[in-house]
Amino acid sequence: MNNTTPESYRSGPDENGHFGIFGGRFVAETLMPLVLEVEKAYYRYRHDSDFRNELEYYSRDYVGRPSPMFLAERLGAELGGAKIYFKRDELNHTGAHKINNTLGQILLAKRMGKKRIIAETGAGQHGVATATVCALFDLPCVVYMGEKDIERQAPNVFRMKLLGAEIIPVTSGTATLKDAMNDALRDWVANVEDTFYIIGTAAGPHPYPEMVRDFQSVIGLETKAQILERENRLPDVLTACIGGGSNAIGLFHPFLDDESVRIIGVEAAGHGIDSGEHAASLTGGQPGVLHGNRTYLLQDEDGQILDAHSISAGLDYPGIGPEHSWLHQCGRVEYVSITDNEALEAFQLCCRTEGIIPALEPSHALAHVAKIAPDMDRDQIIVMNLCGRGDKDVFTVAKALGVEI
Amino acid sequence: MSSDNRLTRRFEKIRSENRAALITFLTAGDPNPDTAEKILAGMPKAGADVIELGMPFSDPMADGPAIQAANLRALGAGMTLKKTLATVERFRKEDDDTPIILMGYYNPIHYYGVQAFIDKAIDVGVDGLIIVDLPPEEDVEMCHPCLTAGLNWIRLTTPTSDDSRLKVILKNSSGFVYHVAIAGITGTRSADSKSVMKDVARIKRHTKLPVAVGFGIKSADQVSETAEFAEAVVVGSALVQRIADGSDASKTAEDICSDVHQLVAKLATGTIRN
Repeated sequence: MNNTTPESYRSGPDENGHFGIFGGRFVAETLMPLVLEVEKAYYRYRHDSDFRNELEYYSRDYVGRPSPMFLAERLGAELGGAKIYFKRDELNHTGAHKINNTLGQILLAKRMGKKRIIAETGAGQHGVATATVCALFDLPCVVYMGEKDIERQAPNVFRMKLLGAEIIPVTSGTATLKDAMNDALRDWVANVEDTFYIIGTAAGPHPYPEMVRDFQSVIGLETKAQILERENRLPDVLTACIGGGSNAIGLFHPFLDDESVRIIGVEAAGHGIDSGEHAASLTGGQPGVLHGNRTYLLQDEDGQILDAHSISAGLDYPGIGPEHSWLHQCGRVEYVSITDNEALEAFQLCCRTEGIIPALEPSHALAHVAKIAPDMDRDQIIVMNLCGRGDKDVFTVAKALGVEI
Repeated sequence: MSSDNRLTRRFEKIRSENRAALITFLTAGDPNPDTAEKILAGMPKAGADVIELGMPFSDPMADGPAIQAANLRALGAGMTLKKTLATVERFRKEDDDTPIILMGYYNPIHYYGVQAFIDKAIDVGVDGLIIVDLPPEEDVEMCHPCLTAGLNWIRLTTPTSDDSRLKVILKNSSGFVYHVAIAGITGTRSADSKSVMKDVARIKRHTKLPVAVGFGIKSADQVSETAEFAEAVVVGSALVQRIADGSDASKTAEDICSDVHQLVAKLATGTIRN
């Protein structure tokens, strides 16, 4: 492991889209001109005042930002130890952090003159967030979703349809998120003239990992301002769950150079790392190249991509954003993993103590909070990103708990 | 014989015959390693001038349904990158003239080890590589090591390649140029041959390398049309579909072989220029 400390952890990627050895632009030649066009457009508009103003307007009046930061007192009392704050991105319009990104990308797509939007989705949260902004800005929306995910996320499928999106079931490969991304890329290759691909996580070819991180960094920037106002100091621990890792990188990035802050990313261990049925790319995978970037991947000894498993469809991806791979390699962020069962317990704990039904994704982060909080001092502070609400998960949880509804 | 010679000599021979080369694509190990090897062994006799062999990958992003299915059939039957290299090694013992190009995606090679793979590929008699997800922006990964080692690095040009992009693509290309006739994935729609002809003429202004045209070419008539303006014509999905059909109908290995070879022979009739 390479532990040389860079001057700043916030300066990446380089001009070729690399975070250390991770990231890059590993796409078919047909897509290269498009990827370069997206990069050029993003760099042109990201500091443009009209673009910023429009993004801020919709973030405030449509999404409901800033999201509150809430002191989870009953949970803290039950666990003992550290003070626990929730960054409440589950209160955003559409119920998760995903809309921070889709809003930014569709405003860019509009400026680029694109007439059609495509997206991939696993749990359906990104699909819903994309369908939502497409309805808002009157652009046709095509969402690729694995056939297996369509079965287990029926409510989100219906939501997307209500919002006017066309859902294309993906039957290729293992019929899950990675295959949905393959098919979205295939669509993009065949519709290069008019289509913008809104990628849902901080992964894919450059500039997507950087662009998605920037749009999600609103989470960390607000958190920093809110905690300084409330506590007059930075938190001791920041934590968030990681599938592709967009909510986590959004929370972490503004804090990466604040040495006193311990930062922990929580991957999904599924049935346990040793079972082989998990989605923990950093803990149980190796570096490889997929979907346009070099990053940690779940793969076999022939370099074939393995299917991920998690009770949470949103974490069920065999890769991870390249910036996380780099932060893992340089040791700035700790990455741990939480099993399905631990997440289920944390899910119920949150419902019971705080009256908040969390999504199964942040329940993973919460399960880790429950592990570390008791050993911390009462004046220490943990901030956890509650990145999604659990309405979509009640059927899955009921089934896991053996309840028929 | 060095890899450079094999490809160069083959294109020289074909030019002297006033026809285009037929490049056939098959996925290594499809529908299973044994049958695949029998199909491969008979390809030159059936009429394949250059053989493209797909290295199976779980996530073939640039491929359409036919070749996706071929990848999964091969992997399901236990095919691996090591076995693909061994297949080439055995083929070379019987045939030292027909160029073999390996085509695929980067991750299995990344896992195998880039330099180890290049060394082994040269050793077993591979003549060139096409790695779909390694554009010029990532040349340092594999293109530079390949060219240093003397293994042809064959690149794709596409309808999205404008003149300035062509310069970037062709800079480190060798062997031949593979022009993708459509913006899209393999085995789906076919291009209008007039627009392809224009693209090929434009590419030829930038390079002296032979130009092969592929994607969406399924019939002898399409081969014939394309042979008029390109040095080589690539057919893939149509052959792979024959294997799928034979496999679905539980045909014997011999019958699947003869189905594929018959189609190759028919396609080869289209390579002769009018």
